[in-house]
Amino acid sequence: MTDLSKTDAAVAEPAAAGSPAPSAFLEVRDLKIHFPTDDGVVKSVDGLSFQLEKGKTLGIVGESGSGKSVTSLGIMGLHTVGQYGRQKAKISGEIWLEGKELLTADANEVRRLRGREMAMIFQDPLSALHPYFTIGKQIIEAYRIHHDVDKKVARKRAIEMLDRVGIPQPNQRVDSYPHEFSGGMRQRAMIAMSLVNNPELLIADEPTTALDVTVQAQILDLIRDLQKEFGSAVIVITHDLGVVAELADDILVMYGGRCVERGTADKVFYEPKHPYTWGLLGSMPRIDRERTERLNPVKGSPPSLINIPDGCAFNPRCPYADIPKGDITRTERPELREVQSGHYSACHLPREDRERLWNEEIAPKL
Amino acid sequence: MLTYLIRRLFAAAVMLVVIVLVVFSIFFLIPKWTGVDPATMYVGKASDAAALEGIRQKLGLDDPILVQLFEFFKAIFVGRDYTSAGSTTRCDAPCFGYSFKTEQAIWPVLTDRFPVTFGLAIGAAVIWLIIGLTAGVLSALRRGSIWDRASMTVALAGVSLPIYFTGLISLAIFSYGLGWVSNEYTPIEESFPDWFSGMILPWVTLAFLFGAMYARLTRATMLEVMGEDYIRTARAKGVREMVVIRKHAMRSTMTPIITLLGVDLGMLMGNAILTETTFSLPGLGQAVLKAIGERDLPVILGVTLITATAVVVANLVVDILYSVIDPRVRLA
Repeated sequence: MTDLSKTDAAVAEPAAAGSPAPSAFLEVRDLKIHFPTDDGVVKSVDGLSFQLEKGKTLGIVGESGSGKSVTSLGIMGLHTVGQYGRQKAKISGEIWLEGKELLTADANEVRRLRGREMAMIFQDPLSALHPYFTIGKQIIEAYRIHHDVDKKVARKRAIEMLDRVGIPQPNQRVDSYPHEFSGGMRQRAMIAMSLVNNPELLIADEPTTALDVTVQAQILDLIRDLQKEFGSAVIVITHDLGVVAELADDILVMYGGRCVERGTADKVFYEPKHPYTWGLLGSMPRIDRERTERLNPVKGSPPSLINIPDGCAFNPRCPYADIPKGDITRTERPELREVQSGHYSACHLPREDRERLWNEEIAPKL
Repeated sequence: MLTYLIRRLFAAAVMLVVIVLVVFSIFFLIPKWTGVDPATMYVGKASDAAALEGIRQKLGLDDPILVQLFEFFKAIFVGRDYTSAGSTTRCDAPCFGYSFKTEQAIWPVLTDRFPVTFGLAIGAAVIWLIIGLTAGVLSALRRGSIWDRASMTVALAGVSLPIYFTGLISLAIFSYGLGWVSNEYTPIEESFPDWFSGMILPWVTLAFLFGAMYARLTRATMLEVMGEDYIRTARAKGVREMVVIRKHAMRSTMTPIITLLGVDLGMLMGNAILTETTFSLPGLGQAVLKAIGERDLPVILGVTLITATAVVVANLVVDILYSVIDPRVRLA
């Protein structure tokens, strides 16, 4: 997304509900996903906005429980199906996909979009594929839901897709069960299944977390190649900054259900503006640096999503929380502000302090 | 798949032989050890020594145990001649010997009574599967609803109430009170409607007990399965929720249910004693109950063997079904 100026306003100041359809391919506005529980309301996602254009990749980064996966399931509309007796998620905001608002759309209409317009790759392909059905059957099912074709045609398509994602002897492997595949093969099959309908939006939720490192690289290459080929918009959700560096055009850093920093991948990687992003980058092992020090994790643990700290959600763990004057970090929630063209950060740190810290303390260690 | 089948069949055969060995030794060794002569069980305590000796010879009770065992096995396959004081009684294969009390051959008794118990078990199983699965699935999908709570309360009652209680109450109401159904057993070949009318109460009573367990198991399994990742995947593909439940979730839910069914069809033979006694059904359960009271060893032996065979066969069928459902089992 090179031309951000047009849509900047929508990000900085989420548009009011009922505003006209946006021009972006995917636009999320002030998304809130709350789960009422006996202990209180879990605010998994609490006011998230972003846009994504076709052919671009957005990386959503954050630790466990920061709301990444909940966001992706929310876009897919998977929080509202099959929840009969369970306490339903309370979702508000707007999700626009190609000019259609999904949260107010008919459930059946959203179901028809799932798998065809928007598809998803899950973290652990072994548990995400049904153990009792062959890979082929599962791909054929995905195809035939959205295409009125007979099994033969769908099977041909399934074999074609398996071939495309690099599964050897797809003619035979189409009849294999998931447990007969290796981890990497399974994820390839999963990708084949999600792309079988040429979806325009692909959400990859931790696509490589369950795989070993050599396979990770292959899968990332595959996702990138396929994106080029199909021209889809991709959202990669991960806690692994290496994955984002490989794939993403834009990066959105989530903390406690909110966006704390957002910008192009280069900006976020090389000129991060938020202390949490600094912490993430600092905790990443780097092979090209000398091992003079131990890894530097972000201290403390992620916030409880029931009792998100007042003020800045990151303040209890932030080493610089005392720098801004007064109690502002503990009392006032920082808004997402444009700190550079197309680069947003939600932090109370005054600009001078932030730049001094970055230049003097953080950057030299990275 | 074929080697799997062959292995399972072989294991089943070995199992049956072992069961025969164990049962045979229990019934023929223990009387020896405890000093109670099986011959006296046969002729009665007051009989004279000559009569006892004649019986021992006729039944081969003085032979070494291995010879007796061999004779017993041989009789099952080729029949056996019992000779005593010049007269010979021919017992055709499959020969399980004669009842001590009635002097009837045991095999015809077994073939006579087996269909009663078998019909009871299968009929009840069909009912409890339908009721248990339906109630369990609906409860799971509407967890916390009135329907869920009501059916789980009924299920708890079903698990807790003994057969002779629910059986007698239902007999009192529907048979003696309202006269809707018969309280007598009619063989199926005589009249299907009468047979059905006589079986419906025993079926429902048994099904109430077992169906309750199945409803609870189905509910628990279904809840677990609906939370699986592959269910989410199916939804993410755009599969209709009804199809997600019917195709993706039910298939997994069936696995533990099939497993339990194999165990229960065996257990049912034990429960058959209670049910058949409550409802006066002339099945294997009643036969064995009577035989135990009369210390009629050959009848007990025969019923035990046929019951064991039924259990082994049921488990074999279940194992095969299991491997059809779950492809991962085929490798094991």
